[in-house]
Amino acid sequence: METMLKVNDVSISYKIGDFKDIGLKEWTMRHLKKQYKVETFMAVDHVSFALNKGEMLGIIGTNGAGKSTLLKAITGVMEPRGGSIERGGSVSALLELASGFDGDLTVRENAYLRGAMLGYTRDFMDETYEHILDFSELRAFQDRPFKQLSTGMQSRLAFAIASLVQPEILILDEVLSVGDGAFQEKSAKKMQEIIEHGAATILVSHSLDQIRELCNKVLWLHKGKQIAFGDTEGIADQYQDFLDGKLPIEAVQAQGG
Amino acid sequence: MLEKLKRHQFLFEELVKRDFAKKYKRTILGMAWSILAPLMNLLIMWLVFSNFFGNNVDHYVVYLFAGQLIFSYFTDATNLGMNSLLMNAGIFTKVNVPKYLFLFSQNVSSLINFGLNLLIFFTFVAIDGVPFTWKFVFLLFPVVCLIVFNLGLGLILSALFVFFRDMQYLWGILTQLIMWMSAIFYTIDSYSHTIQCMFLLNPLYVYIRYFRKIILDGTIPTVQFHLLAAAFAILSFGIGAYMYKKYNHEFLYYV
Repeated sequence: METMLKVNDVSISYKIGDFKDIGLKEWTMRHLKKQYKVETFMAVDHVSFALNKGEMLGIIGTNGAGKSTLLKAITGVMEPRGGSIERGGSVSALLELASGFDGDLTVRENAYLRGAMLGYTRDFMDETYEHILDFSELRAFQDRPFKQLSTGMQSRLAFAIASLVQPEILILDEVLSVGDGAFQEKSAKKMQEIIEHGAATILVSHSLDQIRELCNKVLWLHKGKQIAFGDTEGIADQYQDFLDGKLPIEAVQAQGG
Repeated sequence: MLEKLKRHQFLFEELVKRDFAKKYKRTILGMAWSILAPLMNLLIMWLVFSNFFGNNVDHYVVYLFAGQLIFSYFTDATNLGMNSLLMNAGIFTKVNVPKYLFLFSQNVSSLINFGLNLLIFFTFVAIDGVPFTWKFVFLLFPVVCLIVFNLGLGLILSALFVFFRDMQYLWGILTQLIMWMSAIFYTIDSYSHTIQCMFLLNPLYVYIRYFRKIILDGTIPTVQFHLLAAAFAILSFGIGAYMYKKYNHEFLYYV
């Protein structure tokens, strides 16, 4: 089977400490007094996995496990500190949908800007713009400033644009539910289509049911460390036990995943 | 880099459109204002200083305008440019796009402003009876240098601004300082030779001087002068590009 994505022993660090927002004056003072402290924090610590064509990987873990950080490294927004990531095709991520829009621009302008950000071409946007309007049901609002839209409308537009992607590696960060009931159904259907179309998919979700239903592989992260990687069933059960407090994390680690 | 620019051309165009719309708030007046503001500045300077310096300098309005024109492009480009990276943090922390695009697109609107002011400037040159000569073609040289210089400085400042938020105030003070040292409204003839040479350390002064040499003196600057003007531009752009390359993945931690 063709490997689409290979993550080899990847570590990603974040800088933490009071270095942010201190300004040049304070920065100089702290350097002079030798009080300047920056610590690095391993958000992802030696994680390895591989994803084959046609597979769907679910990433699970409690808050702060490093799931989003790992995704950022896969999309190339962040650079791993150690290890390597081999991508077998284009990567596209549908994450945090409503952010990154500009309130002063109209719906149309925002749609084009977002399309450009996602790497679409102008021709493609011209072709699909009507479809985006229909899908997001925002035709009546297309020349309104974006800030006048409700949050639900904003995420509908975001979804309509983002769901046009046809990447080889698709990344979904808790986006499967958007909008009200009717739209939710529509978007779930669309999502299914993309997943079927895509060569490999990564899904981050807190809903274990969703993971069980969709994914055939699971990666379990805990505080940046890889707890387990493998077929869904066994790991999902263990994770459920862990969440219920029946299984301490050390016990799973001891088993070697 | 050019190949990359081509690939991201659509994004670049959309960013330019956005920055433009935001800058002028879609009003004709917004656009007019950005031209009126430097003109009013010019008027005030002229009212205040023409009595002091106007008698010694031929075509004092043009002399003043040349300085004001270049300096206002410089402040506009660097002040807007400084914000460009941080303002787009919402984008570059989510999608992997070249970060210098934000600065470049921001600079386009400053450049258009500069172009409009340049037209007005030439109108003033004509009205004031300064003869137009073929040597005016040479003005392209300092303009290109200035564009590159401003881009480079914008790269440096926008990177620094991510790390040090008080850069804005520091830069405000520095631009004031540069303004006073650029001989915008006064002449440096009465200074000693050494001090006159020290003015050449100020890139802004060099570009302004180039304009005045061509337009008012009708002479083409020396080769050394050209090299100096180009060196400032290359140096600033080089440092800026280096910083973006080095800190490309660091910015994320600071926003």
